[in-house]
Amino acid sequence: MAKIKIQKKDIWIDMTPMSDVMTLLLCFFMLTSTFLTPEPVSVNAPNSVSEVKIPEQDVLNILVTPEGRVYCGTENKNNMQAMLDAMTDKFGVTLNANQVKAFREDAMVGASMSQLAQYLSLDQEKMAEAIQKLGLPLDSINGGKSEFQEWVSAARDANPDIRLAIKCDSKTPYTAIKKLMSELQDMNENRFQLITNLDVKRLND
Amino acid sequence: MAKKNLSKQKKMDTRVNFTPMVDMMMLLITFFMLCTTLAKPQAMQLTMPSNEDTNQLNEEQKQVTKASHTITLYLGANDQVWYIAGLPKYDDPSCVKKTSYGKDGIEKVLNEHTTEEGVNPVAKIKLAKKELDAQKNAHNSKMTDEQYQEALKKLKKGELPSGEKVPAMTVIIRPLNTATYANMVAALDEMLISNIDKYVIDNVDKMSEDDKALIEKAGVK
Repeated sequence: MAKIKIQKKDIWIDMTPMSDVMTLLLCFFMLTSTFLTPEPVSVNAPNSVSEVKIPEQDVLNILVTPEGRVYCGTENKNNMQAMLDAMTDKFGVTLNANQVKAFREDAMVGASMSQLAQYLSLDQEKMAEAIQKLGLPLDSINGGKSEFQEWVSAARDANPDIRLAIKCDSKTPYTAIKKLMSELQDMNENRFQLITNLDVKRLND
Repeated sequence: MAKKNLSKQKKMDTRVNFTPMVDMMMLLITFFMLCTTLAKPQAMQLTMPSNEDTNQLNEEQKQVTKASHTITLYLGANDQVWYIAGLPKYDDPSCVKKTSYGKDGIEKVLNEHTTEEGVNPVAKIKLAKKELDAQKNAHNSKMTDEQYQEALKKLKKGELPSGEKVPAMTVIIRPLNTATYANMVAALDEMLISNIDKYVIDNVDKMSEDDKALIEKAGVK
């Protein structure tokens, strides 16, 4: 019986060019990328033709969900810490080291001062779930400032150059944003940046 | 003989297997692609008057602005929008007209608005801005950003490059409590498109009784 001899071919593929391309792509992504800031609730900003970019630093992000829940936070963790210290002093809340650590790791503040300690003691997964049902209270305390206003003024004290960027869902009722803006106006914070998506279609019209 | 033995070197295969490296690169790229935003979000600058002087400011502006230089927009529920050109006629609800958002709605209304001087300021300013943009974007243009901003500022005040002066429009935006945030941004967007610098976001709760009665009669909700 004659054996059919199958010629064994060397199937070595040279991966070097591929790895070159990959390195280039990787460099591109690393250099151009700005990381997504985690948001407690995903929000769809409305479209506009405005082409002003928001600065990367010194921004206090104010997030408003369709239900009117308000969250705020800034990217600078030291400022966040200063804000927390000012707030805990003012409201007489004491947090242990673990809770402060959890606060620093969290992107935005959403719990009212009475619930803050309890919220920060939760597990990380539970926190992400719980924050969706929380939100900073906009009601004034005994006719004075609301907790939200206190947070904003704490942020202003921590960083005098901070700018306010409001990211609000397009489906949010106007009454919610009116209340928020009126509270900001009450404390003489009259300049906001409304975060929007670029409406390319309208821009080209 | 011995010499020959020494010179016989074993040929090593110097090809390195890059496949694991490519795998790793792929993973890293996937990670970066998922975690990044390439498009930075845009922002719209909004400056509101502080609450204490809102009322005074409105009175002042009402005195300065001529009736035919004013348009009032009412933003209602379900993306409906109404406008009043000039001063409201409280005994005639038909002065409140319905329009829509976008190119064929508010933009057209603003564009075709004729003032008592018989000019269409918005259309004229828009045309002048187009020319300015063309000048700026021309490939041999030497216009700096500052010069552009300065020219734009003049334009928005109504000073056309031809020396003609057109009145600048004032728009009062009144989002009703039934409107959404998107409606407000859409209205502000129209101001940007029509190069209108003088606009006010008014609080409907502080509106006069006459205004309230008028929009109720006109079916604005």
